[in-house]
Amino acid sequence: MSNPIKDMSTDERLHLISVSLNKRHRKEKQLKLAGLAAITLAIGFLVVLMTNIFSNGYTALLQSEVRIDINVPKAEILGADGAIDIQKSQAFNWNGLVKKSFRAGFPDVKGMSDRRMLNDLVSENAGYELRQAIEKDPSLIDQSSFWVKTSDDVDMLLKGRIKTTLPEKLRRIKDSQLVWINQLEQKNDLRKVFNTAFFTNADSREPESAGILGAIVGSAMVLMITIIIALPLAVMAAIYLEYFAPPGRLTDFIEVNINNLASVPSIVFGLLGLAIFLGFFNMPRSAPLVGGMVLALMTLPTIIIATRASIRAVPTSIRDAALGVGASRMQAALDHVLPLAAPGILTGTIIGIAQALGETAPLIMIGMVAFIVDVPTSVTDPATALPVQIFIWSDSAERAFYERSSLAIMVLLIFLISMNLLAVFLRKRFEKRW
Amino acid sequence: MVPATITNVFSLTVVLFLTAVIVFFIGKSYIVSLSQSQGIRPHSLRHYYGIYAAAWTFIPAIIVLLMWTALTQPVIARLSQSLLLDAYPDMNSAMLQLRLAQLQNISTGLIVAPDDTMRLIADAHAELRTYANDLKFVISLLVAFAGAGFAIRQIKPEQKARIKWEGFLRRLFFVAAAVAILTTIGIVSSLLFESIRFFSQYSMIDFFFGTHWSPLKAFSSSGGQSEIDGVVQGSFGMLPVMAGTLLVAFIAMLVAVPIGLFAAIYMAEFASERTRNIVKPTLEVLAGVPTVVYGFFAALTVGPFIRDLGFFAGMDISAQSALAAGGVMGIMIIPFISSLSDDVITAVPRSLRDGALGIGSTRGEMITKVVLPAAFPGLTGAFLLGISRAIGETMIVVMAAGVSAQLTANPLDSVTTVTVQIVMLLTGDTEFDSLKTLSAFALGITLFVVTLMLNVVALSVSRRAGGRYE
Repeated sequence: MSNPIKDMSTDERLHLISVSLNKRHRKEKQLKLAGLAAITLAIGFLVVLMTNIFSNGYTALLQSEVRIDINVPKAEILGADGAIDIQKSQAFNWNGLVKKSFRAGFPDVKGMSDRRMLNDLVSENAGYELRQAIEKDPSLIDQSSFWVKTSDDVDMLLKGRIKTTLPEKLRRIKDSQLVWINQLEQKNDLRKVFNTAFFTNADSREPESAGILGAIVGSAMVLMITIIIALPLAVMAAIYLEYFAPPGRLTDFIEVNINNLASVPSIVFGLLGLAIFLGFFNMPRSAPLVGGMVLALMTLPTIIIATRASIRAVPTSIRDAALGVGASRMQAALDHVLPLAAPGILTGTIIGIAQALGETAPLIMIGMVAFIVDVPTSVTDPATALPVQIFIWSDSAERAFYERSSLAIMVLLIFLISMNLLAVFLRKRFEKRW
Repeated sequence: MVPATITNVFSLTVVLFLTAVIVFFIGKSYIVSLSQSQGIRPHSLRHYYGIYAAAWTFIPAIIVLLMWTALTQPVIARLSQSLLLDAYPDMNSAMLQLRLAQLQNISTGLIVAPDDTMRLIADAHAELRTYANDLKFVISLLVAFAGAGFAIRQIKPEQKARIKWEGFLRRLFFVAAAVAILTTIGIVSSLLFESIRFFSQYSMIDFFFGTHWSPLKAFSSSGGQSEIDGVVQGSFGMLPVMAGTLLVAFIAMLVAVPIGLFAAIYMAEFASERTRNIVKPTLEVLAGVPTVVYGFFAALTVGPFIRDLGFFAGMDISAQSALAAGGVMGIMIIPFISSLSDDVITAVPRSLRDGALGIGSTRGEMITKVVLPAAFPGLTGAFLLGISRAIGETMIVVMAAGVSAQLTANPLDSVTTVTVQIVMLLTGDTEFDSLKTLSAFALGITLFVVTLMLNVVALSVSRRAGGRYE
């Protein structure tokens, strides 16, 4: 049997080669295009995710308010000396006053169910917030009209999050309420202001009063505990493993453990916290102290690995020189290598802490998922954390919590981005080339 | 009585620290005067004598302080519990918990005692706490002074203060390194302990091979419940839960592997330095987004979107489909796969590439026929790590996947996962004796073992591959 290629003329061979070469180059191009497509897809996902969060969340920066003419009955609040009597103020039905004054603007509305629907336009917390404002600044008592928050449904309507084209049954705002809202708009009695409550309040059942301050303070406490525990432990462990650990089984075992812990699912650390810290040591539930301890154990491997890397990045000549002029091994490590490794350690720590800030599952395990309306004042108070707050809100039925959790995500991402930028900045600023 | 602002742990620590600082200076000046009067040069630099004395002041005292704080809480709780039981003899455990909480609130001044008995107990409780706090203050200060006195008496020029201090530090550093071991022991023992309690009440075979999972339902249609001590329990057959976990992880890998791998190939082989510098950090942003954000996105955007798509196509798809959870989890894992694969691909030695190009292959052929086969073990390791990630991931599935376990391979169905069940079983009231709570720990140890094995296999596969071409 003869080889068909051998029998070909040179021209025929060249033709065959160029055809197959084209095919081969096409394949290469396809591979390149597939790579480009993959990167575009990945970045596309990121863009979609961010736009989605932003477009859902930015409206939560504003809060709708309605103007109501309110005459505060001074006799029922002021004491004999003309100052506000806290006891009397506490007993006074502020919410009733707000609702009654609001209904006074709609004299034609009669009947129980209509009046209730009218009441529903104003926030359930309006009375409480009016009381807070007046107790803080008693001169307000003479004012005849006040801006109070609308209910979350009205807020959603004014922000265009409730479609009026939907059939009435599927809407949270009914047709009669739409008419009243229209009247209010024509009288210029509705406005949108910056949502300060979101940044100064803790959680609340009413979306319009719910804020993230409690969660931010909780997160800050958790991270503080995490740093206090994890950073010294990590630095000490890294120095030991780099300079003092005798080669042998025990050291190998420690290294294997550190590497394995780095890839244990975070929820398992939550189980550890639940069984050991809460179950065995009887520590308080939902406390930032326990949350910080769990996250410290979780981030410890990350920080140890980063610390070891930055210790290794310091040239051995530094240590050799220190040892050469008579420093002890401990002095060489602590006084000469460690200061030079510090920027790297700091960068690694910030990155580890940023990870801990976004962590949710272990905190849920130790009960930091409770509904807490107070800003925590100590590390043993029940508290929640920012990512857990997002989780709680996204589980709520109210449409208004949806935009609030989006805004909370934006705040969380801003914290994370600034921490990472700080790490990048520190690395650039203190990076030494030896 | 010592004011409470001083007796809390934080301010006591500060007090002890300040004491130690003072002792440091005393020790330092003491060795100077000693060496002058005796005319002997001290063994160590003089600040080591200060550190030596300060360490003896601070460290024993802080240990005593922390142990006292940790130990007195339960003791006081037990004492007040017995007081309550004496006062109200026939109380069930729920009532007792309520009374204890009430006691806590009375002592912090949140509420006023409802009746005289309660007030008496509250007073006794408050007295106990004050007593414990005062004692804590006195004892930790006593220990600090005893330590300082002991150390300063030890100080003399021929004493080797530096050697002692450095020996202590070395031991301390070892303990810090051993925390990793302690953590592993803590994880394994807590999971194991509760799991053993679970398996003493529930058959291991039924747990691992049972096909019916309904821990909360007392009665289920398929009759899978069993009766233990007269209490009707749910059934705990974990197969459907494991199947759901694997389905979600499979969908995630279906998204993450092709995108991550092709992105890595492009970045390692085709991209210019400038593109790399832009794309790499962008992908890292994807990796830095907290999982709760992905969960939010999956539960409130992707899930409903897929449901609506199905609605138009005439299909009835749950908003909590495995597809939504798995797909978004895949996005989360992309940067993980791409950066690991990138490392593996760039680690393939130059000589192999040059050889392939030298015999006339195109760049594409070099990649598909030489680089990728050479990188194959490392890539396998990366994928296994990705799977381990997907199986252990919690928030996305808690928010976007379902809670009811069903044995299905249909990605449009709602499934549940191991992590979802753990969260569901352990949030709310956690009594350590109910079978429901214990089953979460049995799931936990399964999760731990599975992910650990995946990691070990992944590491050994890629490590074995590492030295192949050197």
